[in-house]
Amino acid sequence: MKPLVSVLIVEPSEIICNGLKSILEEAGGYNVLAAMHDASMLEERLPAVRPDVLIVNPTLLSSTPRQQLAALSQLRPSMPIVALVYQYVERPLMDYFNHIIDIRQNRSSILSTISDALSATKEKPVKQEIQENYELSDRETDVLVLVAKGLSSKEIADKLSISVHTVNSHRKNITHKTGIKSVAGLAVYAMIHNLMED
Amino acid sequence: MMRLKNVKQKTYQHINTSTYQHIPIMFTAKMKLADIVAANHNIILVLPRFGIPLGFGEKSVGEVCKAANVPVDFMLLICNLYTFDDYLPDINQLATTDMSMLVPYLKASHSYYTEERLPHIGKHINHIASRIEEKYGRVLKQFYADFRKEINDHFLSEEKIEFPKLLSLQQGVRKCRTAKSYSEKSHEELVDKLNDLTQIVYKYLPGNSLPEETMELVFDILQLSSDIQKHALVEEKILIPYINWLERSMK
Repeated sequence: MKPLVSVLIVEPSEIICNGLKSILEEAGGYNVLAAMHDASMLEERLPAVRPDVLIVNPTLLSSTPRQQLAALSQLRPSMPIVALVYQYVERPLMDYFNHIIDIRQNRSSILSTISDALSATKEKPVKQEIQENYELSDRETDVLVLVAKGLSSKEIADKLSISVHTVNSHRKNITHKTGIKSVAGLAVYAMIHNLMED
Repeated sequence: MMRLKNVKQKTYQHINTSTYQHIPIMFTAKMKLADIVAANHNIILVLPRFGIPLGFGEKSVGEVCKAANVPVDFMLLICNLYTFDDYLPDINQLATTDMSMLVPYLKASHSYYTEERLPHIGKHINHIASRIEEKYGRVLKQFYADFRKEINDHFLSEEKIEFPKLLSLQQGVRKCRTAKSYSEKSHEELVDKLNDLTQIVYKYLPGNSLPEETMELVFDILQLSSDIQKHALVEEKILIPYINWLERSMK
């Protein structure tokens, strides 16, 4: 039997903590640790609780979120950090996260966001911040094909059961890697790489 | 006439001493046109749009403009905008500049793009497309055809809406306000597509047997893209503020 994946939730609302906890525990395979209601002691707690996944409400991060997130990944390089969002969060702050759970997502897409996050960190070597992977990942390729077919981010999110935030972050990476911004240009890219059925 | 000249000088003084202190020099009418071209070779491309022929020797901008019957203050406005990235003429300067050539200048730019550059690039694209696998050639040609349609529609809409609006305002007639508001975003999208085209052409086209022509094509597209970006600045920093100012001052 696979070892349980331990999850640390950092979120002020008791209701949301327990809701997420019950979704994960009912799905099986997860061990949800006692939630933290603020992020001020996070760096100190992390080495002791050793979670495999950190799910954090971005609004709880310090006034220098980038530094705090970097410090957290340094403490546990293999631990993905997933944002938990239910209110308006500034765009630049969201851009620090590759994986985002919106509480309006349904049960199965929440679970797939978390497993995506886990497999993404597993694929990458430890020094992921510096080392850049220039080729499109499988997930990015999936998103690219749907963009090339003319689907909106919302439609892609529904189709792949991931959040719109995650789709947009994939789209940003695709443009960053290929240098192509327009949908028409991405469609040509997809054709040339034989990603589209004729 | 004298009074107008004084006003103009004041405006320039104002700009030189306060607003644009960080710009070391701007082009002036007394400079040699050849020196201005040496400072920014892209200015060569705008001369025909003013009807200024090559072969100007050592003449100053003022002399060349006078001979070609071009308002020198307007010509300098364009040259400065083409050269200094953060140059933003204020409304006083626009108000005191002879803008009679603005619409003819912009129309000449449009026809330079649609009648010369775009067909030229299209010829290269067709040729390169004919030498690669048929289905790749087809998507490349389709992308370019769509782009040309988009840019033509964009120019046509300006020629149908903004240009006539300005011309009638310049004659003192205020047309009723059109519903459509001018969009800077479409310039950005056009430039993005040109950039995408260069990426596709030099990074992703497979089995290309025409490397020299492909490189030429990439340079042609990059040149066009940077010219269109300057053209967009002329419309965004001169045409639209000037139209808005004329409308306000006619109320």
